[in-house]
Amino acid sequence: MPSPDGRTPTRLSGVPWLRWLRLPRQPLLRHLLFGAVAAVGFYLLTSSLSAFNNFRVGEIALYVIALAGLSLLTGTNGQISLGQGAFMAVGAYTLGVLTTHTHWPMAVDVLAAIVLSGALGVVVGIPATRLKGPYLAGMTLILALALPRIADKYTAFFGGDQGLTVNAPTPPGTIDPQRWLTWIQLAGAIIVLILLANLTRSRFGRSFRAVRDDEIAAGLAGIHVARTKVLAFTVAASCAGLAGAFLGLSIGVVNTGEFSLTLSIYLLAGMVLGGAGTLVGPWWGAIVIVFMPGWSNSIANSFSLGSAVAANLSLVIFGLVLIVVMMAVPMGIQGGVSWLVGRALSLVPGIGQPRGSRGPPDIATTPDITTGGG
Amino acid sequence: MNKEPHAKKGPRHVGRRRIGIVTVVLATGLLAAACSSNSSSSTTTTGGGTSSNNGGATAPGVTATSVTIGATTPLTGPAAPGYSEIAAASNAIFKWANANGGVNGRQINYIIKDDGYNPANTVTLTRQLVQQNNIFADVGSLGTPTQLAVESFLNTNKVPQLFVESGCNCWSQSTSPWTFGWQTNYTVEGKILGQYIKQNFAGQKVGYLYQADEFGQDFIKGLDQELSPTDVVSRQNYDAATLAGPMSNQIAALKSAGAQVVALATIPAATALALLPAASIGYKPQWVASNVGADPPTVSALLKSFSQGAAGATLLDGMVSDAYVPPEANTANPWVQAIQKVLTKYDPGAPLDGNTEYGVALGYTFIQALQKAGPNLTRAGIVSAIESNGSKLVSPGLVPFTYSNSVHFGYSGAQIATISGGAASTVGPVYTATINGPITVFTGTPTPPPASLLNLS
Amino acid sequence: MSLFINLSLNGITNGMIFAAVALGLVFIWRATHIVNFGQGSMAMFTTYLAVTLLDRHLNYWLAFAAALVAGLIMGAVIETILIRPLRGKPALNPVIVTLGLFILLEGMAGSIFGIGNRSFPPAFSQAGLTFGHTKVAFSHFDVFILAAVVVLMLGTLALFRATSLGLRMRAAAFAPEVARLLGVRVGRILTLGWALAAVAGSLAGLLVAPTVSFSPNFMDLVLVYAFTAAVLGGLDSPVGALVGGLVTGLALSYVGGYLGSSLEPLGALAILMVVLSARPEGLFSRPEPRRV
Repeated sequence: MPSPDGRTPTRLSGVPWLRWLRLPRQPLLRHLLFGAVAAVGFYLLTSSLSAFNNFRVGEIALYVIALAGLSLLTGTNGQISLGQGAFMAVGAYTLGVLTTHTHWPMAVDVLAAIVLSGALGVVVGIPATRLKGPYLAGMTLILALALPRIADKYTAFFGGDQGLTVNAPTPPGTIDPQRWLTWIQLAGAIIVLILLANLTRSRFGRSFRAVRDDEIAAGLAGIHVARTKVLAFTVAASCAGLAGAFLGLSIGVVNTGEFSLTLSIYLLAGMVLGGAGTLVGPWWGAIVIVFMPGWSNSIANSFSLGSAVAANLSLVIFGLVLIVVMMAVPMGIQGGVSWLVGRALSLVPGIGQPRGSRGPPDIATTPDITTGGG
Repeated sequence: MNKEPHAKKGPRHVGRRRIGIVTVVLATGLLAAACSSNSSSSTTTTGGGTSSNNGGATAPGVTATSVTIGATTPLTGPAAPGYSEIAAASNAIFKWANANGGVNGRQINYIIKDDGYNPANTVTLTRQLVQQNNIFADVGSLGTPTQLAVESFLNTNKVPQLFVESGCNCWSQSTSPWTFGWQTNYTVEGKILGQYIKQNFAGQKVGYLYQADEFGQDFIKGLDQELSPTDVVSRQNYDAATLAGPMSNQIAALKSAGAQVVALATIPAATALALLPAASIGYKPQWVASNVGADPPTVSALLKSFSQGAAGATLLDGMVSDAYVPPEANTANPWVQAIQKVLTKYDPGAPLDGNTEYGVALGYTFIQALQKAGPNLTRAGIVSAIESNGSKLVSPGLVPFTYSNSVHFGYSGAQIATISGGAASTVGPVYTATINGPITVFTGTPTPPPASLLNLS
Repeated sequence: MSLFINLSLNGITNGMIFAAVALGLVFIWRATHIVNFGQGSMAMFTTYLAVTLLDRHLNYWLAFAAALVAGLIMGAVIETILIRPLRGKPALNPVIVTLGLFILLEGMAGSIFGIGNRSFPPAFSQAGLTFGHTKVAFSHFDVFILAAVVVLMLGTLALFRATSLGLRMRAAAFAPEVARLLGVRVGRILTLGWALAAVAGSLAGLLVAPTVSFSPNFMDLVLVYAFTAAVLGGLDSPVGALVGGLVTGLALSYVGGYLGSSLEPLGALAILMVVLSARPEGLFSRPEPRRV
């Protein structure tokens, strides 16, 4: 693949078979290229998968969106939020209310879900600017518990525990409806990741990191700290809103049972497990969130215990995985993977040592939020 | 949170991008592997249950020797206590059927999945049951919000959604021909108990305490049909998601409104959390509780420790409730004896309580339906078997089923039950009713269990 | 009026329980600067141990004490095995480990003890006391709850203010480097912080269990509200935990009683937002000097 920007050759050019790895230097172009490659890859993947696996890929895509927003907020900007599930609920209910009470096009409803949850992000983000880690965690935790209760209280409008029915979009032509929804969700994930990748490469991204690393220094350097934090909160909330709308489309019904505290807890855990502050980490996190319950359940069921005991044992396995990964691979799965890949590549003659570290990357080599992640 | 300075840019930058590509490729590969490994593992669970041309296969999940069905139910999380017993009890009666040669020569293979009462999980797991585990029917899945979330999927795919474990009056829609309820619906329960209040406590002030969801609302809809609005002095509710301790506030409000009769639409834990603070402040109204929250073994286990064990079950004494299957304390009843035997043999360790009895009774209903559907088992076949046999399906019920072409509710009514000495016993006539129709007295006699079940040892 | 009195009494009792759990969170925060999301499930687990002993007809108070001791050991073991190795690692990791602990312990309790609803006997009668001719929503057991938490609070205060151990704990928490130079075995002190926190949690578990339907999730909401209380009062202040607990308990009770139970968490959220807007580090924490 020729490099469109005609950048100067790097050390890599010494290895002919690796030349295809050269990428455009312009971040936007590079991210678009990533997006295009991913789109083709996912097209091939979804075409070969069964309806159920397409459904799961769609679920992964929507969790990627929620986790990427959270990764930006927590990993890049340093604000711990346990309320990502609450913002998903806002997105899902916006979609549910609009499809129930209006006949607007689906795209408009989804856009409204993003805007409304983003707006709530501003409302919560403003008091959050003065709060330190655990105080913000406490406030967002109670938010995650409290917000869905509004829907419990005003059942006539929000449908109570029956919830609001959301119909999946009708595909054009003869495309399978499940595949079509999965494509929409994947497209959403790719677009969100491209936007976030560009955002974090921009002036704003540098502000996010500067504020995370030292608020006072960032302030002295002329960064508007509060505004930066609110922006990060808003972006994360908007992502959650889109993810929530997509969750509504996947499930077909929006109700409060979907937005339990567990959801917000799993989102934070999945984000850190995948790799905080990266944009590949959310994929690992989403894979864990979507597949881990099934995997741990089949392990638990292999002991031929009663179904209730096995179900609880699978919780034990899930908890153990969280603990072990956090202790063994502090940077999360993406940190571990990029360390392994870096090691492997460093063994290829001609590339040399891409990094000097002898162990898995520690905090000092924390990746910023990049598409590459490593 | 990261306080360290950031890595320098420079040549490493190239390495990073390269690593990026490799990880994306790896991630996609893993995703594909994850999906494929999942489908391969499911083939083993179904056994020979795929719908290919092996002998006797007439529908998905059916072979000449087996029929695979599935359920989603809470086995973990706040909704699991009590309810987690039901599916295992249903499986016990299936094991009994299997030990007796199966139904029409087919062994019942029951796949139970834990949805934690979260509709998002229910949707994923139900799709997995249908699309990967290739189940013939979804049987005995629990919950109103959870099952509503999959109702449309199951009906679109023409998968029978049999005997939903919920009394919501939403399980008989003409738009959902594959969906069937099982228990007496909450509105009919409310009407029957409302009539009892009207007849026996005329002129007394009535208060409601209900769960703020479909269950509570459907139930008080029934009460309101029978009671005069002026008699209802207080309507308290609670949110199951935030029920953390005694409902002292609601009880205080009911007491200060002067309610002499309190109608409860509560789950068992909530019944206990209502009775405790009431006893604590010496408030003793006449309790009238939905069948859902009035199972004496379950509730008295929760109350046992009140006043260091002294009060226990006595707090329940005098409570009025209703029953659509014989109360488990009625050990003279042949069905109760049979259910006890099934549990002892096939679900050892499980107590005989409202949940396990419910599970066995529901499982037996499915066995009946399977039998009536005949040897050429199809999904449409079992639906029409249930519709056409309706009230003729044998079950432990005190009232017959209402199944027909147009009605997919289960039991058609209930009998009043009073609780004393920690045991419920039925009194008075058996009533049947429909949601908007009148209450009538049912005069038929219940069918006893078959000898094969009674003589189980 | 009687409604108001009953709501207030109920709010105070719940608030004391939130305060006990919040105190555990404060201990752990002071020791290791971690919010322990496993605090509730640790308490749940030791309470299950107590009820298992009671099932074997052990004396009530022995079982009670055994649960507290089990909490002590559990806290120390968890700190040593799970938390200490994470020192110097990204600050989010221990948080996720405690979330993992939360899931792990609830799964363990569910698979070992079963998930059926059951009851836990109270230490004293739960029948309300009679004042004049009216019974109020305040029982001997509620008196016990109050007394137990007050003793816990006084003990904490005495420990920090009047003993050299407490002095070392404060030193280890606020200036670990200096403390180490002065010969304080900081590692052990941090372990002790976790152990004491788990004891406070276990006590709360034993106090909550008789009033709820006792199942592996019975501490979940208590933990959420206790966390609210700790944040409200200031994460490094034991007095803050007490005041935060009472404010949270009363707020939930009034909101639930007058506006409806669905709105309880919204009431807690509103109070938290108001308090934190005025004092971002809670009511009782000392504002940290800004360092450049």
